[in-house]
Amino acid sequence: MMRLPPFTYVAPRTVRDAVAALREHGADAMLVAGGTDLYPNMKRRQFEPKVLVGLGGVAEMRGVRGSARDGFTIGAGTTLSALARHPDIVRHYPGLATAAGLVSSPQLRNMGTIGGNLCVDTRCNYYNQSFAWRKAIGFCMKKDGEICLVAPGSPRCWAVSSSDVAPVAWSLGAKVRLVGPAGERVIPAEALYRDDGIQYLAKQPNEILTALLLPPADGRRSAYMKLRRRGSFDFPVLGVAVSVRMDGETVREARIVLGAVASQPREATKASAALVGRQLTPEAIDAAAEAAAGPSKPLDNTDFTHPYRKKMTRVFVARALRRIAGLPVSGRVEEELA
Amino acid sequence: MKIRLELTVNEETREVLVAPHKTLLEVLREDLGLTGTKHGCELGECGTCTVLVDGAPVLSCLALPAELQGRAIATVEGMAGGGQLHPLQQAFAELGAAQCGYCTPGVLLTAQSLLSERPTPTREEIREALAGNLCRCTGYTKILDAVELASLRMAEVAR
Repeated sequence: MMRLPPFTYVAPRTVRDAVAALREHGADAMLVAGGTDLYPNMKRRQFEPKVLVGLGGVAEMRGVRGSARDGFTIGAGTTLSALARHPDIVRHYPGLATAAGLVSSPQLRNMGTIGGNLCVDTRCNYYNQSFAWRKAIGFCMKKDGEICLVAPGSPRCWAVSSSDVAPVAWSLGAKVRLVGPAGERVIPAEALYRDDGIQYLAKQPNEILTALLLPPADGRRSAYMKLRRRGSFDFPVLGVAVSVRMDGETVREARIVLGAVASQPREATKASAALVGRQLTPEAIDAAAEAAAGPSKPLDNTDFTHPYRKKMTRVFVARALRRIAGLPVSGRVEEELA
Repeated sequence: MKIRLELTVNEETREVLVAPHKTLLEVLREDLGLTGTKHGCELGECGTCTVLVDGAPVLSCLALPAELQGRAIATVEGMAGGGQLHPLQQAFAELGAAQCGYCTPGVLLTAQSLLSERPTPTREEIREALAGNLCRCTGYTKILDAVELASLRMAEVAR
């Protein structure tokens, strides 16, 4: 039996108490919600916190509130299952519901939370391994070692942002609420992430991500596509989130954000800009998809080859945009989405 | 230091004194003697240790008992009742849907949860519901057949 390392468990009932518990235990403590990301890592001894502050009992962090007109507040403790089948989210933010419904497996979506997926640890073929495996090959800088085994000459860690929800939140222009000892602050979703495999979050360790704030739906259309080997369980090795607002037939605003191609989600700004003021014709879509492949620079540290993941960026961006435009989608789109 | 917990397992209240870092899987098997719940990967990658919490399938290898007090935990031991197999168990036995049998408890519970929400699911809905349960014998077709057969029989009885 593979066991968790020993820890003391603290179960606050309010955000205020959770913040106090984090402050009291400092660097010895870690936060846990669903545990689906943290516990496997703890079993592999990637984390050995002395104290775990469990957020499962914090009722104020659960649930979806709001309206399409004013936007929605999604409590960070809301499970991915609940989000994926929430009628308002499915209707007004289909990209977000799709992404939540494609995380891992049904059981893990019943446990895992939206906040957990936004903060999910970065992943790498050299990191997500047993202790014995990592010891045998030589530890990497993300845990216990000095160098990056993907790019040994590099001063930084290249572990991959593996959240399905993060690129969607970014593309929708969503915000997150962070609560810490000094009070709360609300920042754009894109400001939550840093381009570093180790320090991948701009959230301070003593802050708790309590909610995801969605802007008014306002005619927004969105889609998410995920590349992975199996139709279940697997983390994304490419995610494409697209959000578009139209003025009649013309694109007023577009945001294309790529997941799992770097240590943080990456916005394809040129591709997005190329769509504004145009109609979503097959030609405009192909041009945007071509431009979107530019910022997609995956490294050889996940499943599938990195040239394939880069190539698929163009294909998936085109498919996501065609879906939004109501054009027929070629290829195995339903299988990719399943 | 150990903590005292009160867990409701298969509608019985059980008191346990356990270390806080023990997962539900370990407590079920080692402290409550309920070895019907199997341990597979223990990392959330196989579905073998699935149990139901308030009717929904979750992985006991990644669940902390301290979080589950007052919740209804169901394991495979609770499926049969009054000397009768659950219709899912009966269908699995009849159709050979259990080969080595290791994934079977988790599959049965996941299917039970599906049928309680959706008594007559389509084949695709069954596949989707069972997408988190790996069968190392790869005997998926018979598993899907057995869930369909059980759902038809249960719908018949309900009518």
